[in-house]
Amino acid sequence: MAILVDENTKILVQGITGSFGGRHAQLSLDYGTQLVAGVTPGKGGQTFADKVPIFDSVADAVAETGATVSAIFVPPPFAADAVLEAVDAGVDLAVVITEGIPVMDMMRVRAAMLGKKTRLIGPNCPGLVTPGRGEGSNGGCRIGIAPGYIHKRGKVGVVSRSGTLTYEAVWQLTNLGLGQSTSVGIGGDPINGTSHLDILKMFNEDPETEAIIMIGEIGGSAEEEAAAWAKDNCQKPMAAFIAGATAPPGRRMGHAGAIVSGGKGTAAAKIAALREAGIEVAENPSDMGQALVRAMG
Amino acid sequence: MNIHEYQAKELFEKFGVATPRGKVAETAAEAKAAAVEIGSNIVVKAQVHAGGRGKGTFKNGFQGGVHLVQTPDEAAEIATQMMGQVLVTHQTGEEGKLVSKVMIADAVDIEKEYYLAILMDRESRSPVIVASTEGGVNIEEVAEQTPDKIFHEVIHPLLGLQPYEIRNISSKLGFRGDIAKQFGKLLKGLFRLFMECDCSMVEVNPLVTTPDGRVLALDAKFDFDDNALYRHPEIAALHDPSEEDPREVEAAKYDLNYIGLDGNIACLVNGAGLAMATMDIIKHCGGEPANFLDVGGGASQEQVRNAFKIILADPKVKAILVNIFGGIMDCDVIAKGIVAACQEVDLNIPLVVRLEGNNVAAGKATLASSSVALVSADTLADAAAKAVQAIAV
Repeated sequence: MAILVDENTKILVQGITGSFGGRHAQLSLDYGTQLVAGVTPGKGGQTFADKVPIFDSVADAVAETGATVSAIFVPPPFAADAVLEAVDAGVDLAVVITEGIPVMDMMRVRAAMLGKKTRLIGPNCPGLVTPGRGEGSNGGCRIGIAPGYIHKRGKVGVVSRSGTLTYEAVWQLTNLGLGQSTSVGIGGDPINGTSHLDILKMFNEDPETEAIIMIGEIGGSAEEEAAAWAKDNCQKPMAAFIAGATAPPGRRMGHAGAIVSGGKGTAAAKIAALREAGIEVAENPSDMGQALVRAMG
Repeated sequence: MNIHEYQAKELFEKFGVATPRGKVAETAAEAKAAAVEIGSNIVVKAQVHAGGRGKGTFKNGFQGGVHLVQTPDEAAEIATQMMGQVLVTHQTGEEGKLVSKVMIADAVDIEKEYYLAILMDRESRSPVIVASTEGGVNIEEVAEQTPDKIFHEVIHPLLGLQPYEIRNISSKLGFRGDIAKQFGKLLKGLFRLFMECDCSMVEVNPLVTTPDGRVLALDAKFDFDDNALYRHPEIAALHDPSEEDPREVEAAKYDLNYIGLDGNIACLVNGAGLAMATMDIIKHCGGEPANFLDVGGGASQEQVRNAFKIILADPKVKAILVNIFGGIMDCDVIAKGIVAACQEVDLNIPLVVRLEGNNVAAGKATLASSSVALVSADTLADAAAKAVQAIAV
């Protein structure tokens, strides 16, 4: 099963003719993902990689190909518009990879999405991967920019705010022989579409997922909320890691959301909340895979 | 991004937020002219991005970055004492900040001080107005000691500030009649400024009432969303690089995400989360990170080279730890960047490199065949341990 997407999910890419979007669309095709359409206004009628049709609008792409998920690689000034277009076209899931979208834009987009069926993941995220069963996990559903080959199909659910730190965790798991059901990067921005808690609930319900690893970082209180829920409701072993214990207060650590302000959002408070919920916390980032092994007993 | 007090005042004036009259001056003559315009009861304020100016000390021994004076000549005299001098406050660190401008403003009489702020709240995904009857002090202390004296109003992201919300806040602050009316106008202007300028925070501390029945924003702190500066060139132009760590200014030129810290093990990492985690593991192994440095997900050889030069220009740095998880990024590109940088600058401190991921074999081969002396590491833990060990020896 896995969560959100599987090998049969049909996806489209908004911004497929840009260099960034195009490069990763090609990598998704190579991975065996059902990439069925691209969208770039004004370039409808062209094809990508000689086989993927490009449409002028998301609505056209959805109507013609039955795509249910959009991966958005549109540059920041146009990203909010791209999300709203995907929502209006009725996709189930919009995954926004774009980094650097103004917070006000995401605030308005989230408000406009209330009551709509579309789920948003990101922005400023690596996307999500449900690994395939082929060599190097080929044949899976890769949406976004994560390297496919580091994955292995299996039973661990991965949720993280980061990009490369997620890859590090997935790689540790794969090297320990622990495959993943789905790995989800929810993004490092202060206002995003899907929280740690949202994904945690999905993993808890997913029969294929048997253990969960959650990777967080300083700033906000999303990890605390997830921990509070997990304490009474999560039926699966969990491990976690929080990055940024050594970050100075008041400084934005790369991710717009990674900032300790007014004594809130510290790594220490998050780690305490996780431990309080009975979650195995990795002492350091090299220990993420092992922490899950300990959690699984 | 932050701005100076005089720039904040200019923004206030543009958006109809009542504030005492004031002008910026860069010379004693300008200070005098500004003071003549304002009259008596003048305040001279050093313009640096730091709090605690009033209680600060200049490195030349002159006390206080905020002074009350009565005449234009006195204003010029004080301005002369401040300009070109370095002011140290509890927020500047011991290196202090160079004062190149002062603000000459009307020193209004204060009846009572209040606190007013608007910030982008991540939990409610909305702008939130925060107000308190306790102003002029550290609001975090008020929040801790007397939380009932702080009021919040969550504003709808699409509908914006409503009249009843203004009435709510006004009444909680105890404003009546004409004062309430003036406050309403001020808050409306402040909210419009917050939204139209893509602020992540605007804090008026203190907001004051005066004995002659006015409500004024006396001092302000702004924080703008860096991601939105592209659509506000007039605000981007307010950026003052002299207020920032020169290493950070240099890094920004090459699109590198750099934050200077106090330790001695420099790190160069791709990705913000992994960069934070690398700092953490250095500390875990008993070392101290010298910086946060994220070269980004798709760094070029050129960026890596410049990142190295910035790191090596820091005299505190005694060892370098490179941690790259090349997901899509080619490890060989990183390796070539490292070699190019080391050929340009004289590398005389230990360098530990951990490469993992895409094309890692080629990357390791590039490093091995170069003349660069480095320690290779296999895992993150191994790399951190080796970097800490390299310094201990």
